[in-house]
Amino acid sequence: MADTLTSERPDPAAFDLENAKTHDPHATNTGLTHNKLGMWLFLGSEALLFGGLISTFLLYKSKLVEITNPNDAAVLTRVTDLGVNIYDIPFTSVSSFVLLMSSLTMVLALAAIQRDDVARSRLWILTTAVLGSTFVAGQVYEFTVFAREGMKWDTNIFSSAFYTLTGFHGVHVTIGILLLLSLVVASLKGGLRKKHSETVELVGLYWHFVDVVWILIFVVVYLIPVAQADASAESGLARTGAITTISQIGD
Amino acid sequence: MAIIEQEPLALPVGDRPTGSSPIGVLTRPRTTTGWRSWVSTVDHKRIGIMYGIGSIFFFLVGGFEALLIRAQLATPDGTLLSADVYNQVYTMHGVTMVFLVIMPMAAAFANYLLPLQIGARDVAFPRLNALSFWIWLFGSIFFNTAWILGGGADGGWFNYAPNSGVIFSPGHGIDFYAVGLQIVGIASLVSAMNLIVTVLNMRAPGMGLMRMPVFTWMILVVQFLLLFAVPVITVALFLLMFDRLFGANFFNVSEGADPLLWQHLFWIFGHPEVYILILPAFGIVSEVIPTFSRKPIYGYPFMVFSGIVIGFMGWGVWAHHMFASGIGPLSVMAFSLSTMFIAVPTGVKILNWMATMWGGKIEFNTAMLFAVGLVAMFTIGGLSGVTHALGPADTQQTDTYYIVAHFHYVLFGGALLGFFSGFFFWWPKVFGHFLSERLGKWQFWASLIGFNLTFGPMHILGLQGMSRRIYTYGDDQGFSLWNLVATIGAFIIAISVLIFLANVVISYRGRHDQPAPGPDPWDARSLEWMVPSPTPEHNFDVVPVVTQNDEYWFRKYQIDEHENVTRIASSEEAAQAGDGTGVHLPSPSYWPLLVALALPIIGYAVIYNLWLAVPGALLLVASMYGWAFEPVDDPDGGHGAGGHDDHGGDDRSDSHAEIKTEETPVG
Repeated sequence: MADTLTSERPDPAAFDLENAKTHDPHATNTGLTHNKLGMWLFLGSEALLFGGLISTFLLYKSKLVEITNPNDAAVLTRVTDLGVNIYDIPFTSVSSFVLLMSSLTMVLALAAIQRDDVARSRLWILTTAVLGSTFVAGQVYEFTVFAREGMKWDTNIFSSAFYTLTGFHGVHVTIGILLLLSLVVASLKGGLRKKHSETVELVGLYWHFVDVVWILIFVVVYLIPVAQADASAESGLARTGAITTISQIGD
Repeated sequence: MAIIEQEPLALPVGDRPTGSSPIGVLTRPRTTTGWRSWVSTVDHKRIGIMYGIGSIFFFLVGGFEALLIRAQLATPDGTLLSADVYNQVYTMHGVTMVFLVIMPMAAAFANYLLPLQIGARDVAFPRLNALSFWIWLFGSIFFNTAWILGGGADGGWFNYAPNSGVIFSPGHGIDFYAVGLQIVGIASLVSAMNLIVTVLNMRAPGMGLMRMPVFTWMILVVQFLLLFAVPVITVALFLLMFDRLFGANFFNVSEGADPLLWQHLFWIFGHPEVYILILPAFGIVSEVIPTFSRKPIYGYPFMVFSGIVIGFMGWGVWAHHMFASGIGPLSVMAFSLSTMFIAVPTGVKILNWMATMWGGKIEFNTAMLFAVGLVAMFTIGGLSGVTHALGPADTQQTDTYYIVAHFHYVLFGGALLGFFSGFFFWWPKVFGHFLSERLGKWQFWASLIGFNLTFGPMHILGLQGMSRRIYTYGDDQGFSLWNLVATIGAFIIAISVLIFLANVVISYRGRHDQPAPGPDPWDARSLEWMVPSPTPEHNFDVVPVVTQNDEYWFRKYQIDEHENVTRIASSEEAAQAGDGTGVHLPSPSYWPLLVALALPIIGYAVIYNLWLAVPGALLLVASMYGWAFEPVDDPDGGHGAGGHDDHGGDDRSDSHAEIKTEETPVG
């Protein structure tokens, strides 16, 4: 295995002619360019970054806190109730859909640049950026509403974990938008041609990664807590609460 | 990340002459001497040297902090430091030695040697390499400015929650810890990505993965560990920063938060970190011991695979740092077992080094002494480590000086002795003259004796029940004798470090009085000895074609069917002349320095005043765009629009001629 990795140069026929001519002296051991391999490694590292934040959220998702209800009785509630009561699942589903569609337009942008259709690729890149911006705008709107409804950054451990995880993702989307807009500017100046398709591909890798992470976040942060709240509303919160408390002591 | 290393997007297709920057700020610098050439360098060798200088500087800082600790503890009821300052000093000592000394010292060796050992002209992303160094340097300085801005971090190097909260540590010390280590972490991430791509993509023709020197292998494993471990502590530091500076609740126990979250995140990073610290030194002695035993490394595949296995298993043992935190009997049992298992691949390495020395013609010069010192001292530290793999024993030992003794045996007795071995071994390659052997042996014996006097007694103190991180002790507790011995030992270590510094100066001054080392002073085995000393800027005149492990040795020696070794070429004949011309090298750049400079500005903004983040962010964004659009300005370009100026290997096709004339039989 080791030797096949090293001594074989990639088949020049696999590249287009221009690429093969310019890149052959720099052929790499793996056949992947430095940039692409580097991007994959970076994304691997990012996966652990989001993994840490998602784990944090999962840990705090099912914690119980004692709050005083209007009758002055202390009751145990899930920390997620704070968010579940004000989540707007249809709204967030739509903005999630918008983000997922931006992956489609990203693929179309890459396909266009690979067949040297510069104008079409510029259009698709711009569309991707607009869709991404729509998602971020939705997130900003949502944060504003949540904060107004009383779920602030420091209200409880759930709200801290919620804003950190989703906000961290939002920053990633924003960075992606900046990268896309840089590509648009480069394209307008005539500097984004077929031979640069790898640049588009790399931005695309990052963009798809951020999208995939959102699917996970949407499920873990929005859907599962809502489903749990529904389930315990059917069976009675107090009972579930008591069981969870005991299992936490058992830990 | 990788995007910004891409060829300039704004340039039109074709070979437009690019004498000036499109932004009109900075042209690519051309000087090769003077300080400008150093701050703009992208040469992996110069970056390695700068990492070395920086890490030795912080070694002195951390060592001074250690001496303060030992002076305070020399006698009962010490009064040199207050309890508060003592907390800061041991915390800063620990963080400094781990993040600002051992990691960058390993980076120094990795940067300098890795491209040479795989037969490459430079790393895959030379500007990112410079960026790593500058980020590390500025992050380290930023972290240490806490001393003059109200005091350092004071919660131990692991800063357990909730003790790290604002209530218990109201100063800014832990803020500098949280932000500073995030900055330093970026440096580690960038360099991990860079070096992995370098090793996977840029090996010389014929150098399969299983023909790489063990040092390169260990560095590769370490970079993978960094790539996946650093983001985890980044998350932890991020949460800590939000808790302390922005009122989040991640470690606020009164809000129902779980302080074990910090411990888990920290040690999921922290245990791979242990191998990040030690594996480079293992790699170094795996080069030194075969060279001075005149034998190939014993069981090369076992050395490589045990390193890889350590890399994997290192992820499955973190909770052995938490046996006393109430994680439950099942977890304790599982992590006890995995911890005992990870001793196996480590033991394989120890045995292989001894088997390499067995029957060899051992030459005990300074480099070899330090290497053998590592094998012996690390074995002690490894064995004491296995004793606290056992949950019940660990419950007794945890938070005592026994633990302190253990990790100093593996980090000083392991990592640092290995690095000193590497200094003596590669000094002639890097600087073109030897370090003094006489002073080197003085240094070795002083550090070995001082080290054992310092940390040996700590085993006893720990088992007697002396706690870590307590700023003083009473006369009636029975700790006085061994503490005094430990303090005497610490000052002997300080003397050994002074001998080393003196050696650096004296051997530099006397460099013209001693014979030039030539390309291969030690009759060594790997490719870096094929180039003249000091290494020419372009590394290899022609990229060598590799036919086997220990390629360079086999260009000097032949083994017949009766296992008789005959010399077939002198070192000079087998080496390259260093007169390569027309080699295409990466151009220097100021942008890495500027990008890195923006980060501590943002760091101060986060701690003191968010408005400061505006200039920081502007500098960051502007220099990243400056970087991305920096023209390919190369004196002997001619690679057209597709020409990356960022990596070598242009004349690989020429080097195929070499294989016909220099091919040697495999032994």
